[in-house]
Amino acid sequence: MSKALQSWGRYPRVTQRAHPLVWVGEPLPQGLQGPLLPYGQGRSYGDSCLNPGGTVLTTAGLDRFLGFDPASGVLTCEAGVTLEDILRLATWQGWFLPVTPGTKFVSVGGAIANDVHGKNHHRMGTFGRHVRRFELLRSDGRRLVCSPTENADWYAATIGGLGLTGVILWAEVQLRRMSNPYIQQDTLPFANLDGFFQAAAESDADFEYTVAWVDCLSRGRKLGRGLYFRGNHAPPQFDALPLAKSHLSRKGGLSVPFDLPSFTLNRLTVAAFNALYYGKNRLGAGKTHLTHYDPFFYPLDSVHAWNRIYGRRGFLQFQCVVPHEVGGGAMREILERIAASRLASFLAVLKKFGSAPSPGLLSFPRPGVTLALDFANAGERTYRLFHELERVTREAGGAVYPAKDARMEPETFQASFPQVGAFARFVDPAFSSAFWRRVKGADAAAAAR
Amino acid sequence: MKKILVLGATSGIAQACVRLYAARGASLYLVARNAQNLQAVAQDAATRGAARAEAEALDLDDFEAHGPLVARAEAALGGLDGVLLAHGVLGDQAACERDFAPTRAVLTTNLLGPVSLLTHLANRFEAQRKGTLVVISSVAGDRGRQSNYVYGTSKGGLSVFLQGLRNRLSRSGVAVVTVKPGFVDTPMTAGVKKNALFATPEQVARGIVKAAERGSDVVYLPGFWRLIMFVIRCVPERLFKRLKL
Ligand SMILES: Cc1cc2nc3c(=O)[nH]c(=O)nc-3n(C[C@H](O)[C@H](O)[C@H](O)COP(=O)(O)OP(=O)(O)OC[C@H]3O[C@@H](n4cnc5c(N)ncnc54)[C@H](O)[C@@H]3O)c2cc1C
Repeated sequence: MSKALQSWGRYPRVTQRAHPLVWVGEPLPQGLQGPLLPYGQGRSYGDSCLNPGGTVLTTAGLDRFLGFDPASGVLTCEAGVTLEDILRLATWQGWFLPVTPGTKFVSVGGAIANDVHGKNHHRMGTFGRHVRRFELLRSDGRRLVCSPTENADWYAATIGGLGLTGVILWAEVQLRRMSNPYIQQDTLPFANLDGFFQAAAESDADFEYTVAWVDCLSRGRKLGRGLYFRGNHAPPQFDALPLAKSHLSRKGGLSVPFDLPSFTLNRLTVAAFNALYYGKNRLGAGKTHLTHYDPFFYPLDSVHAWNRIYGRRGFLQFQCVVPHEVGGGAMREILERIAASRLASFLAVLKKFGSAPSPGLLSFPRPGVTLALDFANAGERTYRLFHELERVTREAGGAVYPAKDARMEPETFQASFPQVGAFARFVDPAFSSAFWRRVKGADAAAAAR
Repeated sequence: MKKILVLGATSGIAQACVRLYAARGASLYLVARNAQNLQAVAQDAATRGAARAEAEALDLDDFEAHGPLVARAEAALGGLDGVLLAHGVLGDQAACERDFAPTRAVLTTNLLGPVSLLTHLANRFEAQRKGTLVVISSVAGDRGRQSNYVYGTSKGGLSVFLQGLRNRLSRSGVAVVTVKPGFVDTPMTAGVKKNALFATPEQVARGIVKAAERGSDVVYLPGFWRLIMFVIRCVPERLFKRLKL
């Protein structure tokens, strides 16, 4: 069967075959074309879920729950189950995802393979920390149940392992108790980057969920101005009246109005949006309000296939983390370069990672400040900017996020993930990806031959 | 339907139905050939809220086992008020043209097995004067076509059998629902190129649950297949035989 599956950024465009996996008990089929790579929901932006010339093993059919204990919150499910499926099962029973990325349309396998993080990284660390066990299937037919104590080296390699160590068939995840599906949230405007650090210092101890939006077009004294969003689950007995009201108007303050498919993304419209968004929220600042978890965590999910607003050439995301010590300086330089390029869109997110260690050899989160933003694919201009941002990140001792990447160079990858040598021993010989071939320089080597 | 026997529970359509019934807290007795796959379906159903999800691995081509199976299901759930019969194979038309053995296998699994099972079940339901028998047939049974007439024969025969059964059981208040799905994107059709006519198993399952609730007679899923098949049945044989279908 041949099918064109793409990544979320729809760049690069590739041709690959797809083979659906449906049962955890079955062996991998023999005789598939080219190298193999698991494929979840394709919510990675760049090329880490792509395998041009090879076969992607799609996991959407591995979507069964294998057990849930409402007393302990331990959930066992097949790797293709999505975070949305889990929320549907667990929230009404008083349980919530321990960690969630900004979209619920990702698979459990994909969340493990990228060791994803959320707005509560400073409290809960990465998704992988809450994975108690999983089963890994290798191309030689071997099956390994991995946990922090059982096949621990495989556990560490596969969390954040970018799908290269084999297929995760099922996983056991520890959910977290939740007092209320509504989030008590407030917004703090900050005038520049220093203001961000101050807001983070004031908020991280008292708020489980923190994240900032930055106006990446403002410069000079206003460089890095933005809005700091922070929230907690509302207490169980929260006054029912505002609850009912906020349930009716699910548009609550935080959700960005992204239903703008006819909106052309250019510097002027983005600047106008940013000014309005900043101004509007500055007025409402200081007031706490309630938001249902859905628009709070997943403002973009309500707009189906919003990645298409960037047109046929697709778009790229750049996400980096730089260590705290140099955070201010490097982040300032990155923001300056972005503002000067005038290329960025309105989706710019800044967040302080905490110090909880990630379990994976190639996990991206580490103590520091992370910035993520989207760029329409404007060809060479965009790639040149990425090249510069990458260099600044590297020199600051930071890292670029593979799940969001389509451009980083082998050198940057090596510098971002010093454990890659240890990791490479766990890569399944039959598995590969566009990303892996690129950062290993294998494509260049093949081209030179 | 609250106490349901599901035959062929690992099929794509059956799994989607099982999820809907599980979410409503039904008790399920699940039967399929592969024990390990069946176990996953049963665990999924239990996690999603089924009051009970019993699993029994059985090859339904073994007709002798049918009577005892129905008795065990009834005993395990404390009665039966619904049956979803969903097992079947697509077969390989080209192989069937070369040889009778694969043809016989398709007819055994898709027609004779269901006829045997439905004989046991119809007698019980007739005696208890209630219940719903939901059987997955296919639009392919509405007219024989060169591309899959062996599969079509098995489903056409099944549809006629169900017509007769419905006629017989209507007096005792037992509903017989013939489900005729068109193309469905399931593992059974993994090798078939997908087009706009393909429906998801979830879509089809929602239609099945609704039809069972209403006690409908014959449902096409999605509904537009009723029109398509009406047109196809109307083409005169003299013309039809020359079409490449
Ligand atoms: C709107 C949006 C917001 C986002 N926000 C965040 C965020 O806040 N934080 C964050 O960390 N990420 C974020 N992401 C990125 C996203 O969470 C990750 O890319 C996630 O891994 C995607 O999961 P997926 O199921 O789509 O996997 P895919 O993108 O299909 O695959 C991702 C990787 O997982 C591997 N993989 C998939 N399934 C398996 C399996 N069963 N076994 C082994 N390997 C497997 C693949 O080979 C690939 O390497 C966001 C993405 C979007 C679109």
